[in-house]
Amino acid sequence: MGFFHDLYSLFMSTLFDVIPIAGIIFGFQFLVIRKPVKNIKKVLTGMLYVLVGITFFLLGLEQALFPVGRMMAEQLTNPEFLQGVRISTGDLQWSDYYWVYVFAFAIGASTTIAEPALIAVAIKANEVSGGAIGVWGLRVAVAIGVAVGIALGSYRIVVGMPIHYFIITGYVIVVVQTFYAPRLIVPLAYDSGGVTTSTVTVPLVAALGLGLAETVPGRSALIDGFGLIAFASLFPIISVMAYAQISELRSRREQRRRTKEMYERSRR
Amino acid sequence: MNKSLLAFAHSLMGSVRDLLPIFLVIGFFQIFVLQQPLENISSLVSGIVFVILGLTFFIYGLEMGLFPIGESMANAFARKGSAFWLLIFAFSLGFGTTVAEPALIAIADEAARVAAQAGHIKNMQESMASYAIGLRFTVALSVGVAIVIGVMRILMNWPIHIMIMIGYMMVIVLTSFAPDEIIGIAYDSGGVTTSTITVPLVTALGVGLASSISGRNPMLDGFGLIAFASLLPIIFVLGYGMII
Repeated sequence: MGFFHDLYSLFMSTLFDVIPIAGIIFGFQFLVIRKPVKNIKKVLTGMLYVLVGITFFLLGLEQALFPVGRMMAEQLTNPEFLQGVRISTGDLQWSDYYWVYVFAFAIGASTTIAEPALIAVAIKANEVSGGAIGVWGLRVAVAIGVAVGIALGSYRIVVGMPIHYFIITGYVIVVVQTFYAPRLIVPLAYDSGGVTTSTVTVPLVAALGLGLAETVPGRSALIDGFGLIAFASLFPIISVMAYAQISELRSRREQRRRTKEMYERSRR
Repeated sequence: MNKSLLAFAHSLMGSVRDLLPIFLVIGFFQIFVLQQPLENISSLVSGIVFVILGLTFFIYGLEMGLFPIGESMANAFARKGSAFWLLIFAFSLGFGTTVAEPALIAIADEAARVAAQAGHIKNMQESMASYAIGLRFTVALSVGVAIVIGVMRILMNWPIHIMIMIGYMMVIVLTSFAPDEIIGIAYDSGGVTTSTITVPLVTALGVGLASSISGRNPMLDGFGLIAFASLLPIIFVLGYGMII
């Protein structure tokens, strides 16, 4: 019985999320654009699929992944567990939290790969770029950025450094990279910061941040528990531009090698 | 029939591949680090089945419904040639999709608690509720304005990197004046505003606009709307923290 109740209430809450969006779209369609939508039947079926998809997705996450993920975040930050795996003596040092950083990295990367909004943007970018930007290339680049960001954010909570030092440094890196990265990637890279953190990543990452801030001595859950999402949305910008820079560098080197080969062949 | 079944099986496999890393990470930590058996195997398995099915349906519906409607509206607005209605649409889309966002509601309530504990507002139900609602509307307003600015950029061909840098500068300046408690929340609010439905829709809108206006490159000009939608809330929330 509980299952159908969950399914129903999740479906209703997703429906309420969709209603304002559908209202805006169809309101403008009928009142301003005043033209029938092409393939209206197909579009509506597609939207229904989106609705059903998100409902199932959330239901499954609530049932299987979130409880396990939250429990893990709690257990990994538990002082008893940390005492058992520590590598220093005396008071707990920041390095004793190494499993937390590994977990932060791994969960950041893996949840980003599964993030539906990122899949959507990657599909679009692949289509628009005529295949030059691979769906997987972009997703992996973003995932690495989120992973590094969350691992670094966890480190920040453990040592208690102010968040804006990290964010401002990140901004400086982004600005410098913007001047050197291939121009076509820049808008997409800026976008990838915002798409990484939605359905899958936020609840798991928030649990990790809260667990850390509650158990590390001297941190307040209210002040230090926030901020992980900010890290997860800044670092993908850097990693996506880096991905484009590396691919450009490699193709340039390849080109140089080829011209050199051709030159040598012509001399022979 | 067989063909569509095959296509469904194919996207099902795609979803399995997308979700496999999470299962591996959780399994690894459970078995090797925490060394505890998993409880409730049956609900775990059924949950995993639902996640896989859900992702498959979502991707299916995305290409069938969400992308086409976003692009066809962008085309229609471009052909109509009315920038006024386009900007109104952009604002409503940003504001309307954000104001009811569950992640935002959660974070606004949390922020109200922080502000009350820090003594910025009275520690009472009423003042906390009004603070949370104020914050929600601030963020929703900022996303609406962000999409408007982003659409104007596509129309006027403004350089995105200069705009983003000005935004960064504003964040840095405001950070040094804003109260400490609001900073983490403000930075986070940029990430939570863009939901699973908004992102494909807004992306399709930007790409659709850039492809319908001559002289615009969909790759260079079509992307970037989400970037504004995740930067502007930071600025607005920092400002909100300073005013209240």
